[in-house]
Amino acid sequence: MKVRISSERCQGHGRCYDLVPDLFGEDDQGYSRLLGDGTVPPGKEREARLAESNCPERAIEVLEET
Amino acid sequence: MAADDRFTEDYRGRREDGPVGTRNEIITGPVSDWAADFSHLEPAWAADPYPIQDDLRQRCPIAHTERFGGGWLPTSYEDVAAIAYDTDHFSSRAIIMSNFRPPRELAPVGGSPPISSDPPFHHDARRLLLPAFTKKAVARQEPATRAFCHSLIDAFAGQDVVDAAADYAQHIPIRVIADMLGFPPEHGPQFREFVEDLIEGINLPPDDRIARVSRLFDYLLAQVHEHLDDPREDLTTYLIDAELYGRKLEPSHVVGTLVLLLIAGIDTTWSAIGASLWHLAKTPADRQRLVAEPGLLPIAAEEFLRAYAPVTMARLVKEDVHWRGADMKAEDWILLSFPAANRDPAQFDRAGEVVIDREVNRHAAFGLGIHRCLGSHLARMELRTALEVWLERIPEFSLEDPSAVRWSAGQIRGPRTLPLRIR
Repeated sequence: MKVRISSERCQGHGRCYDLVPDLFGEDDQGYSRLLGDGTVPPGKEREARLAESNCPERAIEVLEET
Repeated sequence: MAADDRFTEDYRGRREDGPVGTRNEIITGPVSDWAADFSHLEPAWAADPYPIQDDLRQRCPIAHTERFGGGWLPTSYEDVAAIAYDTDHFSSRAIIMSNFRPPRELAPVGGSPPISSDPPFHHDARRLLLPAFTKKAVARQEPATRAFCHSLIDAFAGQDVVDAAADYAQHIPIRVIADMLGFPPEHGPQFREFVEDLIEGINLPPDDRIARVSRLFDYLLAQVHEHLDDPREDLTTYLIDAELYGRKLEPSHVVGTLVLLLIAGIDTTWSAIGASLWHLAKTPADRQRLVAEPGLLPIAAEEFLRAYAPVTMARLVKEDVHWRGADMKAEDWILLSFPAANRDPAQFDRAGEVVIDREVNRHAAFGLGIHRCLGSHLARMELRTALEVWLERIPEFSLEDPSAVRWSAGQIRGPRTLPLRIR
């Protein structure tokens, strides 16, 4: 599983880095950034979906690997 | 370096030859039909706007009023979001729905950038401020905020009933923003008056309103001079020194942004803290659960923000437009109700209920799009800290007299009188 942030949509609400601070962080202006390459470690799938479903701007996308 | 002479003359005087805004007839009094004559300043709305919004959402869903010179009230999440994102048709030149529209020439800067700004200027003005309001930056205020909350509760000693709005919630954001701006904390009571003048004094006669707004500008100009004489590590000195497009900011930009920073964080956060305590005082099951599971508080705070979103914004329609069935005219107001959006059953399960462990909560309490509340991380820190300290110190409390609770009217809604029995 991977996560992606749309920098076009992100407005820096910070719901993702509040809820899942080991996958998401903030840049020096408060916009969200991925802490790694977007790969969701095993066992963190639920957290990734939580970040996606709480983003007010729908800026986070969870990509299921096929 | 030459002395900074931007603020030495009364820069406001220069505007007198410039374009003036427009005023409309002030209409007040009870609302007969919320769909055609709404007013967020009437007591019925202040007391409980949610049944009104729910009714409008089902039968309109965009209400209209002739008051304030004409305006519209969308009530569905979808419509509120669409307008928040549509800066082509809707301007932020004025964001408080009133009986005065500032001159169109004020766009794209507006009177209090960046909240009053439109693209492309908005982005540049906002970028100056964002670093001071990141989650990491505002975390530096948390220890002092926590200590201050404790000191407010220490002062309850010997009292069985306290006013949680006036004696607790109100003081927290006032102290925090005074510290950040470098204004004397003992001026707090004045800040409350400024907030009431600007946000709640909408329907006062024009001369009275102008006099009140002038008092705020006089105060801020005096603070700017204090900081010119004695620069410090605070937001006021930062704004005085800040540059945009290779030069220092216009004096109207500096003072306008100070208006925003002083006013926007006070009654909003005060309302959020107060509404959360009001809910917990009347809902023992939720209160007991949060006392037992303090780790749930950040999730519960998001639900309080959804269900009791304190802030409604406004926009001005740029040009005549037929928008989702509404014949909007240029200069009509849009009352952009994030509280109504947050209770739309099409967007939220059990929209009218407070579910303190709600997992999926895409609420819009801090707005949507480019104007996302600049202070949202600060507000969240203050709300969480205020509730944590209260629940730790006062785990048992209840409404002393439900009929004595008084809510503010206007675009910022929260309890202004909240008597709670604390022992």
